[in-house]
This record gives sequence, structure tokens and C-alpha cells, in this order.
Amino acid sequence: MSTYPLLSLAIWIPIFAGLVVLATGGDRNASLARVLALAGAVAAFLVTIPLWTGFDTANGGMQFVELGAWIPRFNINYHLGVDGISMLFVILNAFVTIIVVAAGWEVIQTKVSQYNAAFLIMSGLMNGIFTSLDGILFYVFFEASLIPLYLIIGVWGGPKRVYAAFKFFLYTLFGSLLFLIALMYLFIQSGGSFSILEWHKLPIALGAQVWLFLAFLVAFAVKVPMWPVHTWLPDAHVEAPTGGSIVLAAIALKLGAYGFLRFSLPILPDASHELSGLVIALSLIAVVYIGFVALVQEDMKKLVAYSSIAHMGFVTLGFFMFSPMGVEGALVQMVSHGFVSGAMFFCIGVMYDRVHSRQIADYGGVVNKMPKFAALFMLFTMANAGLPATSGFVGEFMVILGAVKFNFWVAFAAASSMVIGAAYSLWMYKRVIFGDVANHHVEELSDINLREFAILGILAIATLWMGLYPQPFTEVMHASVNDLLRHVAISKIQ
Amino acid sequence: MFDNFVVPNLLPAAPEIFLAVMALAILMIDLLVKDSRRTVTFVLTQLALIGCAVIQFATSTGEITYTFSNMFVDDLMSDLLKLFLYATLIIVMFYSRGYVIDRESMNKGEYYVLALFATLGMMVMISANHFLTIYIGLELLSLSLYAMVAMNRDSVKSTEAAMKYFVLGALASGLLLYGMSMIYGATGTLEITGIAERLYGGGVNKSVMVFGLVFLVAGLAFKLGVVPFHMWIPDVYHGAPTSVTLLIGSAPKLAAFAIVMRLLVNGLITMAADWQNMLIILSVLSMAIGNLAAIAQTNLKRMLAYSAISHMGFMLLGIVTGVVSGDARYALNAYSSAMFYVIAYVLMSAGTFGMILLMARSGFEAEEIDDFKGLNKRSPWFAGIMLMLMFSMAGVPFFIGFFAKFSVLQAVVAAGHIWLAIVAVLFSLIGTFYYLRVVKVMYFDAPADDTPFAAPLDMRILISANGLAVAFLGIFPQVIMSLCAYALLRSL
Repeated sequence: MSTYPLLSLAIWIPIFAGLVVLATGGDRNASLARVLALAGAVAAFLVTIPLWTGFDTANGGMQFVELGAWIPRFNINYHLGVDGISMLFVILNAFVTIIVVAAGWEVIQTKVSQYNAAFLIMSGLMNGIFTSLDGILFYVFFEASLIPLYLIIGVWGGPKRVYAAFKFFLYTLFGSLLFLIALMYLFIQSGGSFSILEWHKLPIALGAQVWLFLAFLVAFAVKVPMWPVHTWLPDAHVEAPTGGSIVLAAIALKLGAYGFLRFSLPILPDASHELSGLVIALSLIAVVYIGFVALVQEDMKKLVAYSSIAHMGFVTLGFFMFSPMGVEGALVQMVSHGFVSGAMFFCIGVMYDRVHSRQIADYGGVVNKMPKFAALFMLFTMANAGLPATSGFVGEFMVILGAVKFNFWVAFAAASSMVIGAAYSLWMYKRVIFGDVANHHVEELSDINLREFAILGILAIATLWMGLYPQPFTEVMHASVNDLLRHVAISKIQ
Repeated sequence: MFDNFVVPNLLPAAPEIFLAVMALAILMIDLLVKDSRRTVTFVLTQLALIGCAVIQFATSTGEITYTFSNMFVDDLMSDLLKLFLYATLIIVMFYSRGYVIDRESMNKGEYYVLALFATLGMMVMISANHFLTIYIGLELLSLSLYAMVAMNRDSVKSTEAAMKYFVLGALASGLLLYGMSMIYGATGTLEITGIAERLYGGGVNKSVMVFGLVFLVAGLAFKLGVVPFHMWIPDVYHGAPTSVTLLIGSAPKLAAFAIVMRLLVNGLITMAADWQNMLIILSVLSMAIGNLAAIAQTNLKRMLAYSAISHMGFMLLGIVTGVVSGDARYALNAYSSAMFYVIAYVLMSAGTFGMILLMARSGFEAEEIDDFKGLNKRSPWFAGIMLMLMFSMAGVPFFIGFFAKFSVLQAVVAAGHIWLAIVAVLFSLIGTFYYLRVVKVMYFDAPADDTPFAAPLDMRILISANGLAVAFLGIFPQVIMSLCAYALLRSL
């Protein structure tokens, strides 16, 4: 194991790089800002690689732990660590940051340094969320990460960006404020500790567990987002610039789901069992109903946004069946969704940059002009629909397998989404890509350049790798998931 | 005839005496200074404040020392609050300098002297252990501020604000005095520690005490500016020249916190159950009305006035959770969280009004929210500073405002008032909206004018430091948090 504080580096390198990029100032130094941002993102990614190579897959506990006093007055510690659940997201996050910086390379021409700095700082903050083992440290990162995304949507977003930015910020803040009170309650109950790992062992009466669970549920459900608190997401996605949509879909949505695994399940096992019906019902509504909503969207970004909600429904469904298959499937689904939805939003961004429209009706026959693009877009659309051999299939299949054991009708409803998912994904693909060239905008399209090809190519490799050989991923998470489930099975009521 | 005349121990009051002498001296010296050489007065004022800080530091014993027949007390809480007071005043004077020079009717020596007298009043309030001492300090502060609000003689708005402030302030002083006289009637003493002893001893007429307490709380609520005694705040904040608004909106909160501590906690802790319930109502109303009314404002100073109301309501939450059903176990935690909140608020408030002063120039006040349009384009650096201040006010980490809210909320939860904590966070969620709007105007909108800032370099540096301090103390809040806790531990 490495002696370097790898997790601290993973958090602070991007933040520090962001500040350096910010210091390059105005758009006169735009190219310098881009290069520095890319260097920072790559450096931040490189320090996360030892997390993968040095990871002990047999150990279900926390690894690469760092512990230091932060605010002794309230016993708040700078306590970091990763297990098999969080480690993948740190790497995914660092990876996506590179993609995002590259994705905005030519597109973003105003306030370049601020744009890149916002993404780098957010990347660091989100690594903080995934690695925090102290409740307040987690919360601080959780809430602070709203600021950069608020600015990204508001400054570089579309026509309704102000509305979307406010909605995004206030919605998520609402959830997290109740979460904060729950953290304080746990602090008092545990006799003055904010340590998440200690809370895992803390006995809590059922009544209190239910209230805490609901407070956590509000916070995480907004972030996931689950039906019916999902309405901020389509607005945020539609208005955000491409990079913002990628980060939002690939990483930010995972924060809520991650919260369930780190907080709700292990701290409140009895309430989790008690209220699992509620969460499963909400998840199935997301999977089926939101799937149908996605079917009727006219705007491509909105369509993918709704499909994200449906995919995240699979994730929460997988968690609350309390089986290794379900939880691991959900985790695979989260990672896979990071690649696939990121790629989908990037593809839409590629077309938007050329035509300046996201309406499906404005396209048609794109394959005639952009064959390379059409081929790659095809792969990601298939992955979004859950086609075997792509990463999208593995997660959904595992969750459905878990569901069959749990309850046939739940599995039936979940499986129906495979059909709905294929319908909205492929129908959109057909309308946009195939057919005759629809108008002169499409006529003037040029195929993707090397930068775009490289980004999509890397994402395609990742998607296929996970689809064909998911074992390295499941192997990493296996011990931790088993530990978690063993823990969740033990009642905390005394 | 002079047989029983004992020279009181002057040491605990050394900073006050020094400042009084300096203020009078500066008043004299200023008569010899030409208008164009007013910098001399400014420098002397700053030196007087720094001198106070040095004396404060040198004479601090860490023990609770009474002097002037127990009318005056010097303890660690007062030392700490006064040090923050001097720091605030030094910042305020730096920020106002450019603004004052640009406005002829304000560029007088009286401006500085009145500010020093106001400071002296606040110092006396902080160290008061007697109803009369509190009253003297309060009036010294208020009368100086009335005059300062009206200093811009040609402005109708300022004159009106000063009148309003004066009339309502006099009313509040009347309420306070009436309450004090009731309590005097019931206990037979004006000395705060004496009152506490009488109440412990028992045999005090409870209904007279409660009657007096109601008036006392009303008077305090007026000075703090909490609902329903808040009406003066928006008008005075709006009407006063911005440099005076900066002064009113920052340092006096420290003094108001101190007299709340002296009167209610030192004096009337045995009646905590009564005044806590009153303060809970005031606190919830303040958070509600302050935050909701702020949304409707287009004038930044008015918006910040309502935000001040809501912040003071939030701060009161820390004070109401000290005693839980007769158990004072949580007192230290609760009161120190309120103290930390006040200090954090003063830092943020000073920075925010400082930003308005930075943007203002001769003939242009920069007090509308729209005046901040496109600031990110005009100056990314100062837009960043204002962004930090706004998010800090909203209570978003990593800024000091978050830990201020955090420390008060944990005290509320520790006292078992979870519903109160939920109400508080829901109102601060509403409050976030108008802070976000300022950020929106700065970052999402195009600039309306491109005039470069006229502010002098010292102010630019200081306001940058102020903004960075909000972030730095948000990452490392431990020192001030434990200072507050330690000071109260040694003072209660």
C-alpha cells in the first residue's frame, strides 16, 4: 500500500489546479487555461490509478485511510477512506473530468478559465464526497459542490439557464438541509461523534430510525433523483452546457445513490427494511413511468435526462432488495451509466455544436454526413437501451436477476424497462440518424474531428470493456458489498 | 468629607478611558486640520482604535474583575468582544474613507469622532454590570449613530431615516428603562449580579418581574432588530449613507449580543424559561419575515437589512437553547455558538457593505442589486469576493457562514428542539434564494456600465482580505469557535 495521501491528492490536486487555471485570468490566455486544465485533470486522474492497483479486493473495510483532527471543538475529523463501493467512483470522477475538459476545448470560447476551473474544483469536491468518512466533512463537500454547478449552468447554459440554475440549487439544498439536521441528531445520539463508521455501530430505536431515514431519503432522493422529486433534472440538463450535463449525469447523480449505501442502509438497517417497500415502489415508478415520459420527448437532451432518471431507478431498486446480486448490479449500473450517459450527452453536444438545436425534429439522415459519428452514437444508444455486450446490460441484468429472487412482479416491472428503454433510445436514434437528409443544416454537417473521435473512442472502449468483462469491477466491490449486507441484516434495535 | 472616597480600580476600564480621551483630543485636533488634510484625523482615529486593542490586550487578566462599585465588569467575554469590536471599527473606517472623501457634507472630523464615541458606547455596553451603565452605553451609541445617519444633510432620505431612527430608538430606550424600573422595584437593586443573587434567594414578586422582563426583552429586541421590533432596520439601512449603514450593520450587533448576555443570562438566568419562550417567538418571526421580505427587495441595502433581521433571529436560537427545563448543562455550548454566529455575521456584513462602498463613487451609490450586473465581466476578482460573501451569508460551506449556522443548529438539536432546527433550515433555504439572486446578477447578466472602480488601493486589499477571511475561517473555524467557548467558560 502506498504511503502517499492518495485520497487527499485526489481531492486537492483538481481544486488547486482549478485555482491555478482561474489565475490565468481573461480570455486572452484561453489556450493556456485549457492546457493547464487538461494537465490538472490528467494529474488528478493519475493519482487515482494507485487506488485501483493497490486495492486489496479481499478487504471489505476502508482502505487508504487518512485521519486528522479538523474541528476538535465538535469532534469533526478530516477522515478519508475508500472501500470497494466508493473507490470506483473516485476513479470514474477523475476520468470524467478529463473528458469534460476535452469536451469544452473548442466549444467554450468565453470565460474559458472560469469554465475549466469550475469543473476542476467540482471534481475535487466530488472526490471529497466519495471519500469522506466524517459526516460533516461529507456534508461540506456535498453542499459546496452545488456552487460550481450552479455557476456552470447559469453562466454557460441555454436560454432558460437562470431558472434551471435556481431550481437545481434550491431543490438540492432543500434535501441536504434536512440531512444536516439528521447528522446533528446522530452526533448527539452517539455522544459526540461525526464518524460515519461509528454511526454504523450505533444502536437507534426504530422510531428515530424511521425519521432519520426519511430525512436521508429526502436528501438523497432529490440528488438521485427519484420520482417525484426529479423535476429539476431535465431542466438542469437541457440548459447546462455539454460538459455540465456530462458531469451531472455521470457523477452528480451517483452522489445520492452513494449516500444510500454509505448512510441509509448501514446506519438505519431496520428502517431500511421497514421502508424498503416505499423506495422500491418509487424506483419502479421511475423505471416504468419515467421511461414512458422519455418516449414522448421532442428534445434529445430531455430524453436522455429522463432515461437517466429511469436508469437511476434501477440503482435504487437494486439497493433495497438487500441481495448481493441487486447491490452489485446497481453499482455496476452506476458506473456504466457514468460512461454511457456521459457519452450520450457528449454525442448530443456534438450535434448541437454544429446545428444549434436539440430538437429531434430538426434532424434526420445524419448518417449520410457523419458516418463515423453515427457508428459510435449507435453503440452508446444500444448501451443506453441495455443491449448485451455493452455495460448497460450487465447492471440491469444483475438487478433484474436479483429482483426475480425478491419478487416476481417487481422483476417483471423492472424487466419491462428493457423494452421501453430500447423503444425510446432506438426510436430517437432512428429519427435523428437515419432517413433522408432532413434540411440544409444537416446537409452542412461535418463528421467528428480527432478530438471528438478520441473522446467517444475512449468511452466506447470503457463501455464495451464493462459489457464484455465486468469481472474486475465486481471483484473490487464484492467484499465491501458483502460486508455491507451482513451489516444491514443485523438489527440495531435494542 | 472625602473620608470614604475610594479611588476605583481604573485598570479594567483602561481602554474606555483611553478612547474617551483620544476621541476628545481628536475632536480638538481636527479643528486645526484643513478639509483637504482630513487624512490626519483618519490616521489618528485608526491609531486610537489600535491603541485600544493594545491596552485591552495588555490589561487583560482573564479573571472577572468588577470596578466602579460593581457597575463595570471586565471578563474574557468582554475582552474578546471588544477586540473584535476594534477590528470591525478599523475595517469600517478603512472602507468608509473613500466614500466619505467623495461626499463633501460627510467629510468632517465629526464623522470620525462620532464613530469613536459610538465605539465607546459599545464598549461600555459590553462591560456593563449595572442597568445604568447599560443605559449610558446604549445612549452614547445611539445618539452618535442618529447624528451619523443624518450627516449627509442634503439628503432627504437620510434625514428621514435619522428621524425615524431617533423616534423609534427613543421609544425602545423608554421600554428598556421601564422594564429596568420594574425589575428594580421587584429586586431593589440595579446591579446585574445583585439581581441574580436576589432571584436565587427567592421571595421576589414574580408577576412584577415578568412584567419588567417583557419590557426588557422588547427593548433588547428593538436594539437587535428582530421582528416585531424591526421596522426601523430597513428604513435606516436604506436611508443612511452606506458608510454609516456599514457601521450600524456590523459592530453594534456585537454590543447587542453582549447586553443580551449581561441582562438575560447574567442577570435573569433563573427566569430563563420565561424569556426563552419569548425569544423563540421573536426568533421564528424574524427568520420568517426577514427572509420572505428580503426576496421582494430590489435595493441591496434594504435586502441586507432584512437579511440582518433574519440573521439576528437565527442567532437568538443559540441563546434560547441554553437552559433546557431548568438544566443549564448546554448553556456554554449554546451561548458560545451564538457568540460565534455574531462574530461571523459581523465579518460577513462588513464585507458585503464594503463591496457596496467599493462599487460606489461620487454621485453613484451602487446600492441597487442591478448595479452589480455583470460584475464578473468588470472584475472577476471582486465578483469572486462578493460570491464568497453571498454564499457565506446563505450558509453554504466552505464559508464561515456555514459553520455559524452549524454551531447554532447543533445547539438547538442538542437541546432537543428539533422542530425549531427544521423551521430554521427551511427559512434559511428561502433566504438562499435572494443571495443566489445577487450571484446571478453578477455572473449571469451582462454589465450595465463599465466604469472602473474608484476605490483606493488600501480598501481593495482590505476587502479582498475580508472576503478571503470568510473562506479561510470557513475552512478553519476551530480557533474562533474555541476562543468563544473559552471566553464564555471563564466569564459565566
